[in-house]
This record gives sequence, structure tokens and C-alpha cells, in this order.
Amino acid sequence: MNVYQFSSPATFYPFAGWLAPWFAWSAALLAIAGLWIGFAVAPTDFQQGEAYRIIFIHVPTAWMSMFIYLVMGFWSVLALAFNTRLSAMMAQSLVPTGALMTFIALWTGALWGRPTWGTYWAWDARMTSELILLFLYFGVMALRNAIDDPRRADRACAVLTIVGAVNIPIIYFSVQWWNTLHQGASVSLTAAPRMASIMLIGMLVMAFAAWFYTIAVSLWRVQAIILERERSASWISALPGLAGALR
Amino acid sequence: MKARHRRFAWIGAGVAVLGVAVALVLNAFQSNLVFFFTPTQVAQKEAPQGRPFRIGGLVEEGSLKRTPNSVDVTFVVTDTAQRVPVVYSGLLPDLFKEGKGVVAQGSLGSDGKFRATEVLAKHDENYMPPEAAHAIDQAQKGQGVSLSTLKESP
Repeated sequence: MNVYQFSSPATFYPFAGWLAPWFAWSAALLAIAGLWIGFAVAPTDFQQGEAYRIIFIHVPTAWMSMFIYLVMGFWSVLALAFNTRLSAMMAQSLVPTGALMTFIALWTGALWGRPTWGTYWAWDARMTSELILLFLYFGVMALRNAIDDPRRADRACAVLTIVGAVNIPIIYFSVQWWNTLHQGASVSLTAAPRMASIMLIGMLVMAFAAWFYTIAVSLWRVQAIILERERSASWISALPGLAGALR
Repeated sequence: MKARHRRFAWIGAGVAVLGVAVALVLNAFQSNLVFFFTPTQVAQKEAPQGRPFRIGGLVEEGSLKRTPNSVDVTFVVTDTAQRVPVVYSGLLPDLFKEGKGVVAQGSLGSDGKFRATEVLAKHDENYMPPEAAHAIDQAQKGQGVSLSTLKESP
């Protein structure tokens, strides 16, 4: 089997439709388990009391907001280098979910900041760079809508996405490079986690739920994008249930 | 060299140039990107003179004093090397505690006292249940006790 055949929208469309429900159901089950661990099983924190439970939403969405952008950057490089349609569509399908994750991370962070720090918002490096990430997502969406020719829009969005990717290491390392109000990382690949294990488990389960949710909705969204952009292709009018719906 | 390899090379070169440019810009704006200055930086006059800035560090143990029947407080911000006394009038955040992190905005008076207009608690990255924190405290105390008993025992 040749994996490159999946770079053709006609092959990828049914595969995405088959894959998406698996990820959606896994995401739902993991989210239920993660929220149960986070809000019923995990103990209170010694300093923050109950307010710390925001991390079960805040940290997974903040991770996803950065990771989705890196995946968009990966697809954008492929789209520019190989000039493949599907790579650009994959990048396009991730943008709204990335913006949603960034917004949830900023919003939950503000709600947590008020009782713990004493303020909803501060212009420190971590928060400002995350806000710039939200504007980058909005910018990619606006740029796509501003250009009528989809192939030109693909290239323009790919360049903007790749240029904006320099913001991701800035977000991640901001708490190490500068003095910030935001605390350093509790969990990293290189050091032992600085939190109780049941709290960590709840957070990781929620992180996987966020991953699977993102994969499921982006697969469904890429199906819709394929239908819209390839609507004149003969294989689409041959799809069962769609004959006559798209003319 | 195939066309797509050349495009890969262009993208790689572009990202590398961009990365260097951003690194240089961030380096040039280093002093504007820090959220607060440490007491050592204040002592070495690295903090801005004559205009408001933020100071960050730990609240020194035993330094918090409240004026009765008012919201006036004084405390000392320390980074264990230098100390800066802070005067503040207002409500302190819930997490404000002696020995914990704090960020105060205000300006340095000629008497060396920092007059704060806003005080924020800076949280650390440790998350644990109260029992675990208590156990660590006990363990540290226990270590001290056992060390002193070792010294005193003949």
C-alpha cells in the first residue's frame, strides 16, 4: 500500500469520514474520565484551594493552541514545497479549532488569575505572546477570506502560518527567558513533574481528550472543505446521498 | 536538484533568517520584555529611574506589618541577596503570604522605600494536596530535629 495515495482528496475523503467518529467517541470518553478525575477524585491544592482545578481545562487547551499551530506550519511547508492541495486543506481545517483552544486558554487563565494573582490580565511575556497567537489564527482566517482564488489563498496562508510559527517557541520559553507573572512549567519532557500524580493523570487524560477532539473535528472540517473545493470533480457527484445536492 | 527540494531549501533559509531576526529584536528589547525587576537589579540601578516599574521577589518571613484599623501594609521584598521595603495601601490578593512570591507595581522613593500602587501574588509551579505539603514541612522539621539531637547526643 502506498501512503502517498492519501494525498489525493478523492482517497482521503472516505478515509477521513471513517476515522473521525473513532476519535470523536474516544475524545468524549476521555473528557468524561478526565473531568471526573479532575473535579471529583483529585484533592485540593495546598496553596490555591479549589481554584487550581482550572488547570484541567487551561493546560490542555494551552498545549493544543501551540501544538495545532505547529501542525498547521508542517502542512503549510508541505503545501508550499510539494504544491499539494490536500496539505493546504488540512492546514485550513485546523485554524478555527486552534483559535478556539487559544481563546479557552486565555479565558480560563483570566478567570484563574483574578483569585490567585489578584488580576484578570497582565501584560507579561507569556500572556502577550499567547494573545498574539490568537491574532495570528484570526489573521490566517481573515487572509483566506480576503482572497477569492483558493490556490492563491493556500499559498498566502501557508507563508503567513510559517512566518507566525516563530511565536510558538517564544510562548513556550517566555517563562524561562524573562521574568513573568506566569509561573514556570509544572510539566516538561526534561524534568520530573512538579505536581501530585493524580492531578497529573487528570491533566494528561484531558490533554488526550483535547487531542482526539481536535483530530475528529479537523477531519470532519477537511471533508467539508474537500466537498466545497472539489465540487466539480466527478467522484463527488458519484458519492451516495450527494447526487443532486451539489450542482 | 528537483524543484521541490529547492522550495524546501528556500523555506528553510527563510525560517532561519526570520528566526535570527526575531532573536536579535527580542534581545534588543530585553529590558522592555521583563515583567518585573529583582531587588538585586534595583540595588544595581538597573531598574528604571524616576518612573514606575514592577518589583518581584519573595515576601521576607516576618516582615509583613499591618497598621491597625487601616489597609496600610509594609513588607520587604527579597531575592535572598538584596531587600527592598515596600509600602502599600490596599487589599492584598488571597495568595499573598510571607515566604511566597510577589510582584508589586509602583515607584522607588528617595528614602529607598518602594511605594506600591498594585500588589499581585506570583504563584509557583508546584501543585500538591495539603497533606503532601504538610508531610514535606514535617519531614524538613524532622530532619532539623534529628540533626540537632545528633549534635547534642554524646
